[in-house]
Amino acid sequence: MHQLAKRIQESFTSGFVSASEWRGDVAVTVTRDKVHDIAEFLRDDPGMAFDYIVHVSSVDWPDDEERFEVVWEFYSIRKRHRLRLKTRVPESDCVVDSLTDLWKGADFMEREVYDMMGIRFRNHPDLRRILLPDDFAEGYPLRKDFPLRGKGWRDTFEFLDEQP
Amino acid sequence: MAFEDQRTTVYKVDPEHPESETLPALRTEELLLNMGPQHPSTHGVLKVIMELEGERVVKSTPVMGYLHRGVEKLAEDGTYHQFIPHTDRLDYVCAMYNNFAYCRAVEKLLDLKVPDRAEYLRTIVAEVQRIIGHLFWLSAQALDIGAMTVFFYCFRDREILLDWFDELCGARLTTSWYRIGGVERDLTPSLISKLKAFLDYFPPKIDEYQVFLEKNRIWLARTKGIAVISAEDAVNFGLSGPTLRGSGVDYDLRKYEPYSAYPKCEFSVPVGKNGDTYDRYWIRMMELYESVKIIKQCLEQMEEGPVMAEVPSVTFPPKQRVFTNLESMIQQFKLFSQGFKAPPGEIYCGTEAHKGELGFYIVSTGGGKPYRLKIRAPSFIHMGAFDHMARGYMISDACTIFGTYDIVMGECDR
Repeated sequence: MHQLAKRIQESFTSGFVSASEWRGDVAVTVTRDKVHDIAEFLRDDPGMAFDYIVHVSSVDWPDDEERFEVVWEFYSIRKRHRLRLKTRVPESDCVVDSLTDLWKGADFMEREVYDMMGIRFRNHPDLRRILLPDDFAEGYPLRKDFPLRGKGWRDTFEFLDEQP
Repeated sequence: MAFEDQRTTVYKVDPEHPESETLPALRTEELLLNMGPQHPSTHGVLKVIMELEGERVVKSTPVMGYLHRGVEKLAEDGTYHQFIPHTDRLDYVCAMYNNFAYCRAVEKLLDLKVPDRAEYLRTIVAEVQRIIGHLFWLSAQALDIGAMTVFFYCFRDREILLDWFDELCGARLTTSWYRIGGVERDLTPSLISKLKAFLDYFPPKIDEYQVFLEKNRIWLARTKGIAVISAEDAVNFGLSGPTLRGSGVDYDLRKYEPYSAYPKCEFSVPVGKNGDTYDRYWIRMMELYESVKIIKQCLEQMEEGPVMAEVPSVTFPPKQRVFTNLESMIQQFKLFSQGFKAPPGEIYCGTEAHKGELGFYIVSTGGGKPYRLKIRAPSFIHMGAFDHMARGYMISDACTIFGTYDIVMGECDR
């Protein structure tokens, strides 16, 4: 196991689920309730020093019991190492702690995840849709059950040059 | 200071007897202003709702998504090769770097080694693209601030390189020249001689732009001390590229996680001090010189060799062979119709584009299409810091901030 993953496992025995290293990327999966604590540890611990948030993303696994996977990627400019933090969220309770209080850049990234995948972030200051219109009623387009062509909302638009 | 005098004479209040003021009390309230979505200096379609106190910005809320095309969703429906032309349309001003970042990410997923010559070609073209990007940025930023001449001078030089791209791959903007495993074709002798001529022609022109701007009082007044962001905040917001380096953080993936032919070239990364618009301008100007240096070194070091990796299950065969050799034709047909299967796993690969860190996070389940593809677009993340950077500055400085991010909405909205 990579030493970063090992440090997390030692510090958070209850929150740690698994770790992997593939193609040089270290990924650590943790339980949902410990995400904020672990993220704070990652940022503030001198050995970790993850001061830079790279992206927040999400993956939909419709066949799994806990359907969604939220992914954070951190980088340490001081230590020059990289880590991916992952957690699973069930569809029935699609909420995870927001990290906006730790990294301000997480604000827009989390809004995008909410917009595209419908995962809500607890304690986010302004959780609204960001790329899609506020009145977008078709749901969350990056979910696997969302059809590529949309659900028909576009066909209801009236265009000025359209012949009846 | 004629304006100041006028104001004091009109609203003169005796400090000893403020109640003796005869003028009716001035009504003050915050004003809500919609800037955009159709505004020449928002670099695309972007709306910002600004709360104003006089001309000062109190709070601003960016409203984005006018150019959202669902690129990440489209990626899940095509093969890995089919996504390359989509990346052109992200940052449509600098398509080559998007191709580069995407191809690198897929190569990391496949653990594919690219031939040496291809690495050099990639670096050369990426740096040419960086020059184009910075020229475009400089012209747009100068135009936003009111310096029209620089715009024409930059476009004159940018045009030379766009014609060079045209000769290289047949397109000026949406290039799709990079391939997974290499590049589409080699540089011809004519292209190399044209590029060398440009490298001799260009550095004096950079000096020229600097003379235009750095001796210009208006330019200095509108960039120095404007939109200052501290190093801690810049890192905390996840800024990257010149926007981050302007605040004095020496973060450049070309140095931190060297890729392609960058480790074989000697170049320096300019870093600013004050974190203001002027420092970010200065960094980009210095990067133009560095890009010229990198291209020159690559042209010197480059040796003959293949420009595409020979992995028949992934990479395309040379075109000549497709028409004469049965196996190559089958290989070409299979790759175009079905694509290739990537091993299951997930990777993140960031590349230092001229705007900042352009990254691709790809999840594969072993199929021929990406299961999930996430684009880390620097423009989008920079917009997250807009409110923070615009607070307390004038409305007209908001245009400067769009410019200083080098924002392109195609990439921001994806």
